Amino acid sequence: MPGKLKVRIVAGRHLPVMDRASDLTDAFVEVKFGNTTFKTDVFPKSLNPQWNSEWFKFEVDDEDLQDEPLQITVLDHDTYSANDAIGKVYIDIDPLLSNEAAAILSGWFPIYDTIHGIRGEINVMVKVDLFNDLNRFRQSSCGVKFFCTMSIPKCYKAVTIHGFVEELVVNEDPEYQWIDRIRTPRASNEARQRLISLMSGELQRKIGLKVLEMGGNAVVGYLQCFDLEGESGLVVRAIGTACTLDKLSNTATSLLPPCSSPSKDMKEVPFSEDPNPVTHSSGPSTPLKNQTYSFSPSKSYSRQSSSSDTDLSLTPKTGMGSGSGGKDGGPLKALYRQQTQSAFEHREFPFFTLTTFPSGFLVHVGGVVSARSVKLLDRIHNPDEPETRDAWWAEIRQEIKSHGKALGCHAVVGYSESTSICEEVCILSASGTAAVLNPKMLQDCSMEGCSEHRLDDPLSLGCNFCHIPYDELNMPFPAHLTYCYVCRKQKVPDVLFTTIEPPLEAAVTGKGCLIQARLCRQKKKTQGEANATAISNLLPFMEYELHTQLMNKLKLRAMNALFGLRIQITVGENMLLGLASATGLYLTALPSPGGIQVTGKTPSDSSYEQHISNMQKKINDMIIKNREIYEINPPEILEEVLGSPIPETRQRSRLFRSQSESSDDVSELDLSHGKKDAFVLEIDDADAVEDIHSLLTDAPTPSGFYSCNTEIMPGINNWTSDLQMFTSVRVFRLNNVTSLTSQWLNKAFSDLCENLLKTLYFKLRSMVPCCLCHVNFNVALPEDELIQIAVTAVAITYDKDQAQYVSKVCTDKTLLRASAENEEQLQFTLELCMESQSTQCALLFSPSKAAEMTESGSLQPVTPAAQRATSVDYSSFADRCSSWIEFIKQKAQTIRRGSIKTISSLDKASPLAEAQARHRSPISCTTSTVVEMTPLSFIPGAKITKYLGIINMFFIRETTSLREEGGVSGFLHAFIAEVFAMVRAHVAALGGNAVVSYIMKQCVFMENPNKNQAQCLINVSGDAINFVRDTDVESAPSQSQASGLQTGNGSGDVVT
Amino acid sequence: MAVELDVFVGNTTLIDKDVYQLWLDGYSVNDAVAIRVQSGILEQAGTTPDVLESDTMDHYRAFQMLERLLHSPPKLINQLLFQIPPPMQAMLIEKYYTFEEPFVREVLGKKLSKGTKKDLDDVSTKTAITLKSCRRQFDNFKRVFKVVEEMKGPLVENIQQNFLLSDRLAGDYAAVVFFANSRFETGKKKLQYLTFEDFACCAEQLIQNWTLGAVDSMADDMDVDLDREFLQDLKDLKVLITDKDLLDQHKSLVCTALRGKVTIFTEMESSFKNLSRGLINIATKLIHTKDVRDLFVDLVEKFIEPCKSDRWNINDVCLFLTQYTNTARALDAFKHQCLWERYMGTVKSCILKMYHD
Repeated sequence: MPGKLKVRIVAGRHLPVMDRASDLTDAFVEVKFGNTTFKTDVFPKSLNPQWNSEWFKFEVDDEDLQDEPLQITVLDHDTYSANDAIGKVYIDIDPLLSNEAAAILSGWFPIYDTIHGIRGEINVMVKVDLFNDLNRFRQSSCGVKFFCTMSIPKCYKAVTIHGFVEELVVNEDPEYQWIDRIRTPRASNEARQRLISLMSGELQRKIGLKVLEMGGNAVVGYLQCFDLEGESGLVVRAIGTACTLDKLSNTATSLLPPCSSPSKDMKEVPFSEDPNPVTHSSGPSTPLKNQTYSFSPSKSYSRQSSSSDTDLSLTPKTGMGSGSGGKDGGPLKALYRQQTQSAFEHREFPFFTLTTFPSGFLVHVGGVVSARSVKLLDRIHNPDEPETRDAWWAEIRQEIKSHGKALGCHAVVGYSESTSICEEVCILSASGTAAVLNPKMLQDCSMEGCSEHRLDDPLSLGCNFCHIPYDELNMPFPAHLTYCYVCRKQKVPDVLFTTIEPPLEAAVTGKGCLIQARLCRQKKKTQGEANATAISNLLPFMEYELHTQLMNKLKLRAMNALFGLRIQITVGENMLLGLASATGLYLTALPSPGGIQVTGKTPSDSSYEQHISNMQKKINDMIIKNREIYEINPPEILEEVLGSPIPETRQRSRLFRSQSESSDDVSELDLSHGKKDAFVLEIDDADAVEDIHSLLTDAPTPSGFYSCNTEIMPGINNWTSDLQMFTSVRVFRLNNVTSLTSQWLNKAFSDLCENLLKTLYFKLRSMVPCCLCHVNFNVALPEDELIQIAVTAVAITYDKDQAQYVSKVCTDKTLLRASAENEEQLQFTLELCMESQSTQCALLFSPSKAAEMTESGSLQPVTPAAQRATSVDYSSFADRCSSWIEFIKQKAQTIRRGSIKTISSLDKASPLAEAQARHRSPISCTTSTVVEMTPLSFIPGAKITKYLGIINMFFIRETTSLREEGGVSGFLHAFIAEVFAMVRAHVAALGGNAVVSYIMKQCVFMENPNKNQAQCLINVSGDAINFVRDTDVESAPSQSQASGLQTGNGSGDVVT
Repeated sequence: MAVELDVFVGNTTLIDKDVYQLWLDGYSVNDAVAIRVQSGILEQAGTTPDVLESDTMDHYRAFQMLERLLHSPPKLINQLLFQIPPPMQAMLIEKYYTFEEPFVREVLGKKLSKGTKKDLDDVSTKTAITLKSCRRQFDNFKRVFKVVEEMKGPLVENIQQNFLLSDRLAGDYAAVVFFANSRFETGKKKLQYLTFEDFACCAEQLIQNWTLGAVDSMADDMDVDLDREFLQDLKDLKVLITDKDLLDQHKSLVCTALRGKVTIFTEMESSFKNLSRGLINIATKLIHTKDVRDLFVDLVEKFIEPCKSDRWNINDVCLFLTQYTNTARALDAFKHQCLWERYMGTVKSCILKMYHD
């Protein structure tokens, strides 16, 4: 009996009036876990009851602890009739099971009812005493940490990245059970909420077991989804990347063994750790924490890698000692290849859900790989054997794997899976980016390994990942290759599509922007097999067209790479919608894109020709304008003014450019559909006219705004701490879909998206200059004629004044927070930074820079260099002076890197902090902490000190008085606000002040206005964290203590 | 193609102060959009009317949801549903409870009952304030009144604690509550020239000096109800006008003190007895609730108007009242010095505040 769960009900407030006669409520609380229920006394006649209950103790298996939610029900006592439920709170106690996370969960939770929404709040305290179970065959996986974050979490260091984990569980949907006919909507909703909570607990536990089996201790990039298959059941599935993580300490981690032997310590009190934390930049200074799980990581390490690998990995170590690792490059490469093979061969699916990697991990990127399949759903007969669904996904994954192989890659990164369901038809989709990874990092990501790798890799100029991984002579598809524009040594494609974040070390010119391709295809309303076939037939055409659109829009913006590409295909009864979103960028290593050429088929007609040339002019003008907007200045300028160290390259590059005029992309998308040149638009048919039209009608982003769907916007580093996460949902009704032309539909759909973006820009105008990051569109077709678009994103204000900013950077100690650097390197960087301050001045007045200065304004002469920056090869720093260009690039990179991390050193009074400070004085009511929410994995201008556990919540809201609640908009507005509030409350109760990697995975909205009814399901997830603003870093120790006291007080207040 | 549903929800509730004002002013969404269009926001932000409409709708919806909480501001501070930075919370509350001069002049001193609420259409037409806004302001008055009506302790502090208003606004509400409780007449034509601020000042004086709170700081309703005992005692002042000797003596003392100091000496001398009689009659009648209501009317009729017709300036009035009050001390036969000063101190302040065009 390995766990004791203790719950105390303290008080309630703002309860609804349940007794009309007295305008009061006689409230009591039922606490339920598993099959055990406790009750508090009735607190008569009060809307603010003080129960101050004893500690209710549940003795439970840790398996149950992981699966079951704690269920707290607030009821109104009624002597004569049945007690009325006021509402419930579900608390996922999983965050309390990890030995590093919060020791207690305590705070005010909104009391939620699926019919009435939030009805007051309840103050609850929850504790778990966990005894260790050393049983190898146990079914629980307590202690495995889960992260939604798609990168190695900031306070951790990856010791090993083990690889892909997946699991799915199925069940009958309570909404479709026979009993649903006789129970109330409330009971049905609650059954559903509880079941999904149970299923996701079970899923997490099962995945945890797999992770333990692999020898890991955490899942990063955890992505859990629900498939509401209606009649045929409910599927909860999840994928993630198993890792062994180590908490970062401020002592050089390399001195310690990779993972100290686990001990069986009980949980530590959170306040006792972090004795001297955040002044250092290398992450939280908690001394290496011990892990509670019973597997020895060192053992798993040896299990993972064959003995020959270990031998190999020793070789470069000796090479490093001599400091001339670069020369060993040739033979080592061969060794890598061997190693790579063996490291990946035994993996069933070499997939990684991560989108950002420790530097040195990603070697080459091949391109996007994706696979889709259309399936007909049938009832899941045996929930214990979800084999059909498993087989479906295995099939798709196999396909992805083979696509990756075709691109010469052994791994797929930025991998994700999704479904779209309409009635009995289901489209399963998977996509990722084929890549070559550094195999050593898979076994040991410790810093040693990293620096080693850098040493013997001569190409760490930030272009390496762009180099083609496949054989030039044996290309998987017709692509146009040129020599890399940075190193001039390796071949690169002319366009690169990926699903990952731009790597930190990537050399980027200018800024990026959100690029969307939108498409609508009609289909006949059919049933079963015929329907599935019709859809399958449409899919390739849609993909091709989306791809063409993306390519054209990319060219129009004078960019050559897409990151974070996400293609969503949604199936409805009578149409299919395709929406591709990505962030366009100009990668310095890739050739400059040629323009778009418009040609007509019938040149005899002069007015027609006139029309074409007009269009051509418009397109050309727009390309020029976009170059200005996104500050894309061809990199040649730098070389010219500085005097290129390799004179012949200029010539060469010119040559390449002219060649690159007609080429194709690297993505594996069906190029078999025609050898049509992507750059030449023939307007011989209506489609092409429409294409061009849609190209030109995309409204430009208003000035002061940038947008991207990736986490960071290259070229903008100086974020302030002013951020606003939001969700916007729109539903449109198309009348008479069948009578509409597909052209009209296409335009309508495109307009919907554009209008939504326009509204967002307008709403957020007070935050200018700002960037919308992680713009995530979700399209659904809830009914015949309805299109639903949900957008979640975060707007972050940035500081325009970069020059002022850069000078600050050097003095700021919080450099390089994000990257996992060890102490030695850190100091080194600081040093570099100091130097760069002086060289920066030199740059300022160097006449050779004049050309740039006139372009970018005198205030920011450093930026163009920074944007073109490449990664610093620290180990070869000694001979940095040999190349002037490289030198500058290094500086620039350091500045840029530094600036990413010191975001808010400028804004001393962050609005929220200020607000909090003010709050205390005038309004003396108990302050609820402000909880930030962001889809990003970090908080700009702040340092994450602690991860408190995963938040994964599912809510249902239903109404039978839609009009009274302000119609559909009023209903959904209130519901989304309620969901936010409940997420914030849970985070605050865990002692956190933010949710990172927040995502609204599902928002299913159904209405029946005639019956005055509506129902909505929302599923959200994220990582609860605690952060400290950079500006508060100095006072951090005292502050964290204060906040600890505050939470203590919050509950203490009520007791007294 | 029609938009069925359109919502925008921020983690931090987005509040546009201009839209909030339009909402408070009771404009419909369409009117608000029209007004915003006129303000040139479309050109400024480079956007279209449909975007503006969607934005306005969103805000209106949020405000409607917030309104429930605004009815009890401490709830707004404690609730978890909307994350609003405290300065913004303060702004929301302050603006919600702010009322307009024309409106308050119509309602001040009236009973805050259903009947008055029904007459709000007339108030709306008369003041050109939308009916919706009138209702909000009226309901605010009524809500504040109901909460603090029977509370112990100082009125302004009670209002501040329960509604988290600024000092100034809490003071104004104290005046509204005080006037509504005693039902002072403020609507007569003769009183039209007075502003709410004039009345608020008078209310402050009355609360400070004439209520129970002036003598006992822990009494129920201490700041709302006038001190009955005091009003009863005021009858004793009658001696100043009924006793001929006392009246003459008083007059000569005042005249001596003011000779050469005021421009309107002769007028003053001739009207002294009338003025004195006016002031003292007001005092002696205050025990009757009806006459309390007419306090301001009486002050204007019996004192301010006669003075104005004789072209006294404010300085003359001030000197006269000061001397009129002080010289009573020298009257040996007059035994009610304390009472006299409690009465005249307040009356003087009120008259001085009310003595303008």
